[in-house]
Amino acid sequence: MDIEGGERQTKHEVAPALISVHPFQKSVAITVGSALRVFDLIENRPVSLVDESDGPSHKDSIRAIRYGSSGKLFASAGDDKLVKIWSADSWHCLNTISSEKRVTAVAISSDDSYVCYADKFGVVWVVDLDGINEGKVLPSKKGVQLLCHYCSIITSLEFSPDGRYILSSDRDFKIRVTVFPKKSLQGAHEIQSFCLGHTEFVTCITFVQNPEFAQGYLMSGSGDSSVRLWDITTGSLLDTCDVSPTVKHLESNESEPTQVTVTDICALPNSSLAAVSIQRQVCFVLACIRFQGIVLLHCDLSAHTLSITKVIKIPGGSFIPTSISFSTSTRLLWMVSGASNGSNHPGYTRVRLISRIEAEPSSVLEDEQVPGGTTLLEHLQGKVSIEESVMSAAAEAVRAAMCSLMVKKQYSEENREFRKNNRNDKKPTQ
Amino acid sequence: MESETKPTFSKSTGLPRKRFYRARAHSNPLSDSHFPIPISPSHLDFSLHFPKFFGANNEEVSKKAEFADIGCGFGGLLISLATLFPDTLMIGMELRDKVTEYVKERILALRKSSSGGQYEKVSVVRTNSMKYIPNYFEKGQLSKMFFLFPDPHFKEKNHRRRVISVDLLDEYAYVLRAGGIIYTITDVEELGEWMRSCLEKHPMFESLTQDELDSDPVVELLCSATEEGQKVARNGGQTFRAVFRRIAYVS
Ligand SMILES: C[S@@+](CC[C@H](N)C(=O)[O-])C[C@H]1O[C@@H](n2cnc3c(N)ncnc32)[C@H](O)[C@@H]1O
Repeated sequence: MDIEGGERQTKHEVAPALISVHPFQKSVAITVGSALRVFDLIENRPVSLVDESDGPSHKDSIRAIRYGSSGKLFASAGDDKLVKIWSADSWHCLNTISSEKRVTAVAISSDDSYVCYADKFGVVWVVDLDGINEGKVLPSKKGVQLLCHYCSIITSLEFSPDGRYILSSDRDFKIRVTVFPKKSLQGAHEIQSFCLGHTEFVTCITFVQNPEFAQGYLMSGSGDSSVRLWDITTGSLLDTCDVSPTVKHLESNESEPTQVTVTDICALPNSSLAAVSIQRQVCFVLACIRFQGIVLLHCDLSAHTLSITKVIKIPGGSFIPTSISFSTSTRLLWMVSGASNGSNHPGYTRVRLISRIEAEPSSVLEDEQVPGGTTLLEHLQGKVSIEESVMSAAAEAVRAAMCSLMVKKQYSEENREFRKNNRNDKKPTQ
Repeated sequence: MESETKPTFSKSTGLPRKRFYRARAHSNPLSDSHFPIPISPSHLDFSLHFPKFFGANNEEVSKKAEFADIGCGFGGLLISLATLFPDTLMIGMELRDKVTEYVKERILALRKSSSGGQYEKVSVVRTNSMKYIPNYFEKGQLSKMFFLFPDPHFKEKNHRRRVISVDLLDEYAYVLRAGGIIYTITDVEELGEWMRSCLEKHPMFESLTQDELDSDPVVELLCSATEEGQKVARNGGQTFRAVFRRIAYVS
C-alpha cells in the first residue's frame, strides 16, 4: 500500500452506482462499474453512446458523472484514468482526456468552457473546452494543473453558482474554496477560504441558492454523520445538523453499532419562487449509509439554520441509495442503489424515484409509475426485476466502499493505541 | 517537576539536553499523522501555549500568532526572535515528536529562568505543516514565515515532499497577509534554486530588493540563529537564501 501518494490498492474495491439526471430531465444517466447507461426521457428510449473521440472507452469503474448546469454537456470519469466529455444532446463523446492517475471527481463550469477533475494524488486539473459547444469533436487534450490538496484524496468538486470559485473537498476533513481565475491554465493560487469543522472525511458538497442569496451557501456531508452549512467567502461554519440520532432511531438492527455517513446530498430549489413566505426555505435530501431511506433537511438561508424536516423510508427490501439526483423541472428525486466489483462484473442496480418530496406523504413510485416504465428500468438496471439477494449484496458492497476511507483511519488509530499501551520504555515508578 | 532532578536536563544551565531528544533524522511528512490536529484555528488552545497571555481576565486575548517557523527543529530561531520581537506571538511547527518535546522543555526552562517574560510569547506545536497549515492559522494571520534549512529530498520522485512548492505556496500565501515576508535558506544549492524558482513562479510573491534585505534585522539571523545554520557556519558551508514578500493580488 502506497500511502504516500494517497493512491491505494483499489483493484478490487467496489464502486458504488451513481445517478445523474439532466437539469431539465431530458435524460437520466447511471453508472455501475465501467458501464455508463443513459435513457432518453423525451423519446422514452435507451440512448446508444457514440464515441467519435480518438480515445478509448471506459474500462474500469466510473467514479464521477455529471451534467453541466446548462444541460449541454455530460462528463464521466474514473479508475481507468479517463475523463470523457459527451454531448448531452447527441450523446457523442466529444473529447477524451487522459489523466495520469485515477480520477475521483469532476466538475463542468457553468458556461461549459472548462472541465475540472481531481485525481488520487489530490491534484485538480483543468481542461479548456473551447469550441466544444458547437458539438464538434475536439482533439484529445491534456489537463493543466489547477491546484493541489497535499496528498489527500479529493471527494467532490463543485463550481460556485456565480462561477467565481472552485470548491474541493477531501478525505482530510477540509473544503478548500479557491478563486477560479480568468487565466485558469496558469493555476488557481488565490485561496478564498477553508471550510473547517468536519471531524471526518467530507463526502459531498453542493450549493443552496434562492433569488435572495444568488451567490449561494455551501452544504457539505461527511463521515462524521453531519451536514454543515457554510459561508464560503469567509469559510465560517453557519450551522451543523447531526443526522445520526434520526437515522439510528429508525434503524431496524439495533445490535450493530452504526456509523452514520452522509453519502450524497442534493439541493431542492424552491418550486414556487413567487411565494415569498417560503422563499428562504431550501430543502435537502441526503442519503445515509446503512439506512434504507433518505433524510429531508430544511435550510433557512436568512437564519442560517438547518433542521430535519422528515425521513422518507423506502419500502420493499434493502434499498440503500448510493447516489441521488433531483430534477428541478419535475420535482422528482432519482435514486440508485448498486455496486460493481471489478470491471468485468455485470452490474445490476436498482433505480427508484420519489415524487412530491416536500408534500406529506411523499410517495416512492412503483416501478410501473416510473417515467419510461419498464423500458427505462430494463436499460438502467440491467434487467427489469432485481432479486433481493443482488440488492443485499450491493448494499453490503457499498457499505464497504463508503466506509473504506474511514476504516483505514480507524485501523491506524487502533494500531497506535495498541502500540502505545504496549510500550516498554515507560519508566517504572519509584 | 523540578528540572534539576531530571537527568535529561543539564545541571549547569537547567536547559534540556539535546541528546536525550534525538529522533530519527528524517520523518516522512506524507505518512498519516497520529497527533491531535485542531479542527480549525479557533480550536487551537492558546492558553496552553501562552498561559501568561490567554489566562483569565487578560485584555490581549485577541492577539494571534504572527510568526511561524516551519520545521523549527531545536528552536534556535524562535529563541532569538523572542528577544528581538518581544510583543509578537510566534509559533514553531515541528514534525518530530522528540524534537518538539525538546523545544517545549527549552521554552519552559527559559520562561522560568528569565525574569523579563521574553519567552512567554513563543511556543511550539507538533504537526505536519505540509498538511495542516490551514488548521492553525487564519487567512492573513501571519506576517512572517520561516523555512530554514529544510530537508532537501534530493531524489526527483521525492521533490513533492519538499516543504516549498508552488502548490504549498498557495497555502502560505493564504495565511500570510499582504506585505508579509517568507524567509527561506539552505546550504544545498539545488534546493536553494528550487525554492527561489517556486517563489518566482508564484504570482503572489515578489523578491525583496537588496536594500530591503540589508535593512531587515531578521535576515542575519537566518544563517546564525538555528542549530542547522550554526552547523553549516562551523563547517564553512555556503548558504542560499530566498526572501520574498506576499503581495496583494487579484486573480
Ligand atoms: C534540517 S531540519 C532544520 C531545523 C531548523 N529549521 C534549523 O534550521 O535548525 C528540518 C526540520 O524540519 C522538520 N520537518 C520536516 N518536514 C516537516 C513537516 N512536514 N512539518 C513540520 N516539520 C517538518 C524536520 O523534522 C526537521 O526537524
